[in-house]
Amino acid sequence: MVPIPSSGLCAVLLSLALGPMQCAAALAAELSAPSVAVLAGGCANCHGPDGLSSSAIPSLRGQDEARLRARMQDFRAGRAGDATVMTRLMKAYDEAQIVALARWFAAEARP
Amino acid sequence: MSGVSRRRALAGLAAGAAGLACPAVLRAGGAAARVVVVGGGFGGATAARWLKRWAPAVQVTLVEPAERFYTCPFSNLYLAGLRSWDSLGHGYDGLRAAGVEVIHARADDVDAAGRRLRLSTGQTLAWDRLVLSPGVDMRWDALDGYDEAAAQLAPHAWKAGPQTQLLRRQMEAMEDGGTFVMVIPDNPFRCPPGPYERAAMVAHYFSRHKPRSKILLLDAKDNFSKKPLFLQGWKALYGDMIEWVGLSDDGRVTRVDARRRQVETAFGQVHTAAVLNVIPPQKAGLIAERAGVVDASGWVPVKAESFETRQVAGIYALGDATLAAPMPKSAFVANTQGRLVAAALAAELTGTAAPDASFSNTCYSLIGPGYGISVAGVYRAEGGQIVEVPGSGGVSPADASAAFRAAEADYGEGWYGAICADIWGKGA
Repeated sequence: MVPIPSSGLCAVLLSLALGPMQCAAALAAELSAPSVAVLAGGCANCHGPDGLSSSAIPSLRGQDEARLRARMQDFRAGRAGDATVMTRLMKAYDEAQIVALARWFAAEARP
Repeated sequence: MSGVSRRRALAGLAAGAAGLACPAVLRAGGAAARVVVVGGGFGGATAARWLKRWAPAVQVTLVEPAERFYTCPFSNLYLAGLRSWDSLGHGYDGLRAAGVEVIHARADDVDAAGRRLRLSTGQTLAWDRLVLSPGVDMRWDALDGYDEAAAQLAPHAWKAGPQTQLLRRQMEAMEDGGTFVMVIPDNPFRCPPGPYERAAMVAHYFSRHKPRSKILLLDAKDNFSKKPLFLQGWKALYGDMIEWVGLSDDGRVTRVDARRRQVETAFGQVHTAAVLNVIPPQKAGLIAERAGVVDASGWVPVKAESFETRQVAGIYALGDATLAAPMPKSAFVANTQGRLVAAALAAELTGTAAPDASFSNTCYSLIGPGYGISVAGVYRAEGGQIVEVPGSGGVSPADASAAFRAAEADYGEGWYGAICADIWGKGA
């Protein structure tokens, strides 16, 4: 398994050097595309094929990347007051995975 | 990681993420290898569909007897009268449109050395890799008096199909004031919260049509999935209609008399039912035994990183048939395992790097209309073992608001539509 850096010291140092966006990108680089595809598959299970939902569960596909990232971070931190199961799920995902998932679903808007 | 290699990896990811239909890393080609998948349920159909998408050059064949697959998830809602039978059935046109060859036959035998699969039609399929997702079979020798013939009188209804419809007809025929007795096995078994959701759904039907009736649950264990939430929900919606008796209170049934609709417990208590639902102990589907991939437990041990079986190289297994604890035997888990197997096979057959093994689960249970509860978990492979990611997962809060319960009922409905579309749908 490819080691995934935690969002701790590495993230702080990188964000000082590169700014938050580049830091996020650098962390995301630790996950291979197939690994992200497998990870994102767990989301599709409720949020619909390729993240396109046709129910009360929100779509992920084509959403703004920064918003997706912020939302997942809020779930993980327990800051999303309207959350149900997402708080419990997101506690398992580190910063690199959140960055990769946000990029994955945001990118799916492209043809 | 150096700056250069980081940029390279980043470029690879960006290319992969942008190429929605088949990420570039997985598109790399692959010889015309043939992968045969046995079982068109939540695990097998997922593996077949996503392998074809991620490695289009691979020839993918799915073997499934049923032309329409009826799902165990939401079959309890059918028992409640909240869902039509037809709405639980899913066909295979979506998989065919995605490029998967679908053969409706039963897989009868595996020649592991010769890499051949023999079908009930007499046809033999050659494979380079075999994926088994056969679900569970009942252990007809595990509970005295409960065999296939007995199941025609006291249905298990633990594979969705005629058994489920038989149980519903028995509920409809039952007189008001009768007792519905459910016999529940020890772990591990398919769908850990299933019996307890079923109790709620039977109670929903009784409360509207046969309100003087009772439901008695005789359980071979003392704890079960989401226990406090179920106990709370049953009480809130159905009062004292549901009585649960665990192992410590002599809940373990050791003998069944299906003709008399009687069961006997370990300490000799006899309970008589108006409707008797016996969920017996289970094991991996028969084809897994034929393939030589089960161990003494009756289930299939697998490598955590790929779900290749530990017993036979080249044969993969997933879903309820596998030993994959701490993951539960659920449809959600089978779907995430199916994606992992698809990605692992795509990588292997196209000569690219294997994916990280990650899995997740969310099981919604319906207590009544507008009242849902859930359990969630996230898992990964670590040192050859499957582990739950520490500090994550868990069940709905005990003190949740009515709005929270209503949202989880809605999300359960949404989950069912989403996962079925993901697996059997027409595709994006």
